[in-house]
Amino acid sequence: MGEFIMENRVILAIESSCDETAAAIIRNGSEIVSNVVASQIESHKRFGGVVPEIASRHHVEQITIVIEEALKQANMKPSDLDAVAVTEGPGLVGALLIGINAAKAFAFANNIPILGVHHIAGHIYANALVQPMEFPLLALVVSGGHTELVYMKEHGSFEVIGETRDDAAGEAYDKVARVLGLPYPGGPRIDQLAHEGQEAVAFPRVWLEEGSYDFSFSGLKSAVINYKHNMDQRSEEISPTAVAKGFQESVVEVLTAKTLRAAREYNVKQVIAAGGVAANKGLRTSLEKVFAKEGIPFFVPPLKLCTDNAAMIGAAATPMFEAGIRGNMMMNGRPGMELKSWVD
Amino acid sequence: MIWLGIETANAPLSVAVVKDGKVMAEVVQNIKLTHSAGAMPAIETILANVGVKPNELDAIAVSEGPGSYTGVRIGVTLAKTLAWTLQKPLVGVSSLKVLAANATLFDGLICPIFDARRGNVYTAVYKGTELDVVIEDYHDHIDGLLARLKALAAPILFVGTDVDVFWDKIVGVLEQNAYRAALHEDLPRASAAILLASAEELPSIEAVHHFTPQYKRIAEAEANWLKEQKEQTHEQ
Repeated sequence: MGEFIMENRVILAIESSCDETAAAIIRNGSEIVSNVVASQIESHKRFGGVVPEIASRHHVEQITIVIEEALKQANMKPSDLDAVAVTEGPGLVGALLIGINAAKAFAFANNIPILGVHHIAGHIYANALVQPMEFPLLALVVSGGHTELVYMKEHGSFEVIGETRDDAAGEAYDKVARVLGLPYPGGPRIDQLAHEGQEAVAFPRVWLEEGSYDFSFSGLKSAVINYKHNMDQRSEEISPTAVAKGFQESVVEVLTAKTLRAAREYNVKQVIAAGGVAANKGLRTSLEKVFAKEGIPFFVPPLKLCTDNAAMIGAAATPMFEAGIRGNMMMNGRPGMELKSWVD
Repeated sequence: MIWLGIETANAPLSVAVVKDGKVMAEVVQNIKLTHSAGAMPAIETILANVGVKPNELDAIAVSEGPGSYTGVRIGVTLAKTLAWTLQKPLVGVSSLKVLAANATLFDGLICPIFDARRGNVYTAVYKGTELDVVIEDYHDHIDGLLARLKALAAPILFVGTDVDVFWDKIVGVLEQNAYRAALHEDLPRASAAILLASAEELPSIEAVHHFTPQYKRIAEAEANWLKEQKEQTHEQ
């Protein structure tokens, strides 16, 4: 499938895979008509991380309010919509089920089709809301739950060429932040400390076998924990900025080098970063620098489209809708859903 | 007046359509099908069978819990979203009361039970055709419940498929005062949810947004957190 042509296609999208209850209205897969996110972060802060049962409870409290707000901000009625799209997976199953069942009830009551969207496809398609996607394309998806290199030769074609074998990059950030005693969510704070630091503690780079595009961050995380432990035993103070800088340098160097090598090998026309960690300043700067030098256009969506949102789900759903893909009322939450192509 | 009733609070599923006080159709099943896969298709089919379009519904009744957290949330999410988008009132009824409504003719007390795992139950005690509340819906260990029931010193009918899990214990404590409901009384019926809901005053459409499940138990993480807070205040 090549380019898709649309005329005023309007999709309501719903996302509830983790700790944000979100709804958005997207026109033609590229224009954000409205984008509403109810964040639960303040509630989960108490626990130092997302508690699935608490997340589900908040979703059920917020879901109709968020959908109504998306319609209101768009100044639209359900009859203006062509379809409702919803995150089918991966994610927390109890959380996914709220968005899915709301989407089903909404689709049924208003007699419009429903589509299930993969959360990572959503993160990648967040870029379509900023500038047109050019194929072949390479996407680096980095978030609290994911670290993947995805090659796309056209719309709907996803080939995961590399992924983490243990912790996701964002997960490693949050764990290291905990070691440093930073409040949840620690990722953005580490990024900030890394920029304040002059010195960097030397931590290893994990490259895995030669030629592999996979990632591993648990060894690096352990190296940070061991370093802290050894310093504690010697009753020496650690420098949080030096630890943050050393840790971030290791993560960024590996992510950048593998993304660059893949971009060269697959000869892509565009490289995009997506997911919550794509908002990381250190990573963004490093990728911008190497791809400017390489002469390959590189894009990162603005912060509010990097973190979980429903606009990206609407963007990913639009070419699916044009290709005739439809879900049905049996749709279930798929916590471990694989990213699969929907074109041959 | 056309009602749609939804009951997914525990493993059984029930949906019903009641028009002007008559049950037009009802589905009651207890099979290994998740509510996420089964509930919406059941609603779609029953409305098609009775020839009622979604916008022809006048009100929606939902079993609001307690029960399986996920099960309760699926029913409530479907009911809330339908009610909001169709702009119809939503009435929640206790899932325990819905089950008790199967056995109102019993001459004694009615005790519906849902297994809440690790020896715990969601339960309540009702009496008579009006289902007067003797013990309100709550969460307890089975031993705690049985101690309270023994003190009532009256015949008690136990209702629900989960009763089997605790039956030996129940008989051990209550002896000849323990009665077991018939098998056709063990599955909750959405028509009973509608019957109970139609006795209530219809809430405003605006209230739909703020409708929440009745879990009757705070989340474990929250309970631990509250305990920690309390201990810290104590230490200071």
